[in-house]
Amino acid sequence: MNKGNNVQNNETQEQPSNAQKNKKVLSKLVLIVFGMFGFGFALVPLYDVFCDITGLNGKTNESAASYSARSVDETRTVNVQFISRTAQGIPWKFEPMEREITVHPGETKFVKFYAKNESTQDIVGQAVPSVSPGLAAAYFQKIECFCFNQQPLKGKEEVEMGLQFYVDPELPEDISTLTLSYTLYDITGKVDS
Amino acid sequence: MTTDTLTEQPSADHDSHDDHHDHKPTGIKRWLYTTNHKDIGTLYLWFSFIMLLTGGALAMVIRAELFQPGLQIVEPDFFNQLTTVHGLIMVFGAIMPAFTGFANWMLPMMIGAPDMALPRMNNWSFWILPFAFAILLSSFFMESGAPNFGWTFYAPLSTTYSNGSTAFFVFAVHIMGISSIMGAINIVVTIMNMRAPGMTYMKMPLFVWTFFITAYLLIAVMPVLAGVVTMLLTDTYFGTSFFDAAGGGDPVMFQHIFWFFGHPEVYIMILPAFGIVSTIIPAFARKKLFGYASMVYATSSIALLSFIVWAHHMFTTGMPLAGELFFMYCTMLIAVPTGVKVFNWVATMWRGSLSFETPMLFSLAFVILFTIGGFSGLMLAMTPVDFQYHDTYFVVAHFHYVLVTGSLFSIYAGAYYWLPKWTGNMYSDSLSKWHFWCSLISVNLLFFPMHFLGLAGMPRRIPDYALQFADFNKWVSIGGFAFGLSQLIFLAVVIKCIKGGEKAEAKPWDGAEGLEWTVASPAPYHTFSTPPKVD
Repeated sequence: MNKGNNVQNNETQEQPSNAQKNKKVLSKLVLIVFGMFGFGFALVPLYDVFCDITGLNGKTNESAASYSARSVDETRTVNVQFISRTAQGIPWKFEPMEREITVHPGETKFVKFYAKNESTQDIVGQAVPSVSPGLAAAYFQKIECFCFNQQPLKGKEEVEMGLQFYVDPELPEDISTLTLSYTLYDITGKVDS
Repeated sequence: MTTDTLTEQPSADHDSHDDHHDHKPTGIKRWLYTTNHKDIGTLYLWFSFIMLLTGGALAMVIRAELFQPGLQIVEPDFFNQLTTVHGLIMVFGAIMPAFTGFANWMLPMMIGAPDMALPRMNNWSFWILPFAFAILLSSFFMESGAPNFGWTFYAPLSTTYSNGSTAFFVFAVHIMGISSIMGAINIVVTIMNMRAPGMTYMKMPLFVWTFFITAYLLIAVMPVLAGVVTMLLTDTYFGTSFFDAAGGGDPVMFQHIFWFFGHPEVYIMILPAFGIVSTIIPAFARKKLFGYASMVYATSSIALLSFIVWAHHMFTTGMPLAGELFFMYCTMLIAVPTGVKVFNWVATMWRGSLSFETPMLFSLAFVILFTIGGFSGLMLAMTPVDFQYHDTYFVVAHFHYVLVTGSLFSIYAGAYYWLPKWTGNMYSDSLSKWHFWCSLISVNLLFFPMHFLGLAGMPRRIPDYALQFADFNKWVSIGGFAFGLSQLIFLAVVIKCIKGGEKAEAKPWDGAEGLEWTVASPAPYHTFSTPPKVD
């Protein structure tokens, strides 16, 4: 009987220690699980920052560049091509009025895009720019761009939208052609809400 | 009596009512309520085999469609559903649960523990799996059809252009993820806390090490997968714009987050295979594993490197040159620890007294064919040539060599190696050799010509192809049907082995080492109630 009691005592001392040990590791691992779930979402802003620095995804600056004094590099020319497309489901005509222009790095240029709402409904559009090659995105500076704003168009209404830009003279030597692509999305629903 | 039992099993305390001898419920309840690691291991293994046959059946339809150019059997959209669900089932339903099954059966016996550390969670982590796959497979019978966006579910294919199956897919993946995470947590806690006295980390069998490291990988990346499918869900149904450029998101970011999970995932499916093969080769070479410590370090370095190579799946998405070079070199660096492993296996066999029982045959096939898959991986790692290979059958050949002749063959090797321990009977030797040779020949007929198809430019995931690929595809399909049928031989071997056969000794392989061979065959329902002493 005595012996039995001893065993019981030993056990009660040992038992919690083992369960506690398990619980301790378990709670740490669960913490890692939640941490990594959060990390997955943290990758979203991290990716944006990373792309901002490296120009990885060809996203251009979302704010306007200033008219700072720049030297124009007359010795170099860069072709700038304009491409436009409409996302699925937006009944707009949307195209650049000039397909391609040649600029000197540093020189400020103004081009226009044409958009027409071909439906009878009021639609708000948003153009999202992307530069290819992606590395050049950081050197493409927009002073004024229709893509900074939402563009509402009434049914059958048309508009000419301006883009004022320059190419940074620091643009790497091996890049001689830049393609600026605009995709136009229907954001009517998102504006309402 | 009760006190004695409890004293013998200090670590199974919180579940002591289950540990009274043979009070287990009978019939289906035994399996539903079980917290016994052997029962749960058996459930996992049977489940994964059923999933292997299910995913295999889908592959048979794919190969039947590809037997000839042109569209014969299925519509292109349904073909996409087949490839998608085939991939998902094989990855999450066949390979991963099979390894968890091995972990459940063998880990406690290998480290001298009475059970897994968290037996109730163990039951839970298995029993949610069938529901996940029921959800996934049920979508075949919905109006929308099953997921058709590839097992990699790239946005916007799975968001804007989804056929409406995204919600089913997302919830199925959530459940699979929760199951894997719970299984992995159990493995880590068991290995950390339940080793027999004297078994230090560097004395653990390599099998235990590989599962330990794999479990950490799972804990680290499965939550990221859960995160990315959640973003997919909210993008599709709740108007967020994680991957939608219209709202400021970026579809390429989907690929980054997915492959941040996806690349460690491929090591989750191969590191346990390394563990199994590292157990079997020494047993049949009758020599100790060559370079045990280097194997541990190699496994750890592969696991660590796996976190910084993900973008090699995305070379063609447009990356700065520095990025492409970084991911190319890091990827090639993985060949170093992997090479260490392959050379260690060869060195283990060097001048050993080899014998060629079926587990050894599968292990040898693993070493050779996995290495072929590794080499094609190195070819794919080279950025410039990847632009040619990307999304061709060369990629299909590569990952089937590492996953079928790699992971799956190691699972067969392990199954044959431990079947005598599990069932108490020896399997039919001749039938198992039939299984091996039929599989070996057909699997190479199935996957080897795919390399050439890919190099010649045949794209993956397309139900039709140009006429010049017709002959090779015919042979590939014949290999596919033969490989599919050969797996039924395995089913026959296992059923025959469970029903009877030559009685197995406690240690049927004379060169085998490890604590699992110190208990009787079949392994008693409860083992190591008293922890063994390890010197």
